[in-house]
Amino acid sequence: MRSDARNDGPSLLLKITAIGGLLFLHLPILFIFLYAFTTEERTYQFPPPGLTTKWFAVAWNRPDIWPPLFLSIKVAAIATVMAMILGTLAAAAMSRARFFGRDQLSLLIILPIALPGVITGMSLRSAFGIMDIPFSTWTIVLGHATFCIVIVYNNAVARMRRLSGGIMEASADLGANSFQTFRYILMPNLGSALLAGGMLAFALSFDEVIVTTFTAGQQSTLPIWMLNELVRPRQRPVTNVVAIVVFAATFVPILIAYYLTRGGSETAGMGK
Amino acid sequence: MPMTTSAILPAKGSADRLTGTFWRRPNLLLLLLVTPPLLWLGVVYLGSLAALLLQSFYSIDEFSGVVKEEFTLKTYAELFRAQNLDIILRTVVMAAAVTLTCAILAFPIAYYAARFAKGHWKAAFYLGVMLPLWSSYLVKVYAWKLILAKEGVLTWAADGTGTGFVIEGLLSVPGLEGSSLSTSPFGTFLVFVYIWLPYMILPMQAALERVPTSMLEASADLGATRRQTFRTVILPLAMPGVIAGSIFTFSLTLGDYIIPQIVGNSARFIGLTVYQLQGTAGNIPLAAAFAVVPIIIMLIYLTLAKRAGAFDAL
Repeated sequence: MRSDARNDGPSLLLKITAIGGLLFLHLPILFIFLYAFTTEERTYQFPPPGLTTKWFAVAWNRPDIWPPLFLSIKVAAIATVMAMILGTLAAAAMSRARFFGRDQLSLLIILPIALPGVITGMSLRSAFGIMDIPFSTWTIVLGHATFCIVIVYNNAVARMRRLSGGIMEASADLGANSFQTFRYILMPNLGSALLAGGMLAFALSFDEVIVTTFTAGQQSTLPIWMLNELVRPRQRPVTNVVAIVVFAATFVPILIAYYLTRGGSETAGMGK
Repeated sequence: MPMTTSAILPAKGSADRLTGTFWRRPNLLLLLLVTPPLLWLGVVYLGSLAALLLQSFYSIDEFSGVVKEEFTLKTYAELFRAQNLDIILRTVVMAAAVTLTCAILAFPIAYYAARFAKGHWKAAFYLGVMLPLWSSYLVKVYAWKLILAKEGVLTWAADGTGTGFVIEGLLSVPGLEGSSLSTSPFGTFLVFVYIWLPYMILPMQAALERVPTSMLEASADLGATRRQTFRTVILPLAMPGVIAGSIFTFSLTLGDYIIPQIVGNSARFIGLTVYQLQGTAGNIPLAAAFAVVPIIIMLIYLTLAKRAGAFDAL
């Protein structure tokens, strides 16, 4: 009897709870899709009294949706580029040597996502208040880039750890200068990890609402638009259509990031 | 200097010369690499945190509503008013309940994924946790608004299966009252658990994956039952993962202000209070002081976890 304890596969209870847990994580999102097609626009009646595709057209023609969408794309693009530069530099420095303050720097990089977003947001808000900085696209970017650095950093540092230092030395021995080594050795090896990091950073920034409400002032990104609709709804199914767009804009980059880094020990996303 | 006798190739152009400089002075390159991120995080992030602390020592003039920029502890004293202590207590209780529930729900998923899932199933489990973790936070909260609404999915399912009395019963528990789950504190709790669950699963799974099978075999060889092996071998070794996960779930619940705003009876939590104080109330000093509270609670939490030896096994 006792030798069963070794390895006789999962018990039925474990199977049910594990699969039940996964379903619990996934099923709710399906309702977002269903409710985008309902004919009922004021309540959350289930099952929907009828199905229609008109809300997609309605959403397309609503002028209040486009500016937040463009602002979100702009902010996410700029924040991603900044985070990719800063995160890669930090990862390169960390992988090179043990130096004074190394542990402190790694803590500093992680801090913006380790502390609750409300603290990051309120901190930035306090700083803008003290320095009389008016809210602008750049105040949003400032916050987003700060917490996106760690995402790129995590991906880059994991890949660099796997990269053997030998090939850099070999490159130097064969007469390449630092820039050539960077261009022909480092970038091809690091590229997919950086791209994955960038994808995740974009997804994180595009969807961010907690820090953004503190740094946006009167501006509206797409998540802030959604938040306002959730609190004061009008034409509820339109919110669902936008929710599908936001979902897709985060889902696709994440999936790409996963496939880019699959198989390594550093599979993307562990670090959120 | 005669170049031809040297094994070192002649430097051609500035790129080669720079390479030489970097080679001779590796610290220079390190400095160049480390300065931009350090400046950014040091100025933007640490600077902002300093501004937060600074603001929390200012106060607001009760009559004019203008921030008085002189050092005072008055704002911190306000935190100890009964209503504010209530907010802090409510938030900590919620965070603790959410963390505990997440740990219980996460364990089977993490354990199955770590020990039994192979090949495609392993990838499926991994993606199955990763995708909800990364997909849009607001969309997930909204999905629960749909599910928990009075006329929504859950009521429909409960009516269909004749289990409506369970929801009725929950809603009649003192402290959890509401016209439906979407306006009850239990709804808030449920959504918190749902949103932060993946943050518990991943570190737990990582910890469980490090438990060597040979240890389980040794335990069985020494006569332990499954239950004993679980309690004396697997659970202690999984603990660092649980603690790491609990740091996420606890800290994220402490600071969140979106979920209580959308689902629940709009009872105030720390995050929501910070948000309202800095926005409509315009009391930035008190908002800043409130934002310091989660930092202090997290520091206490980390100290306790450390004293309990949670980091020894990391």
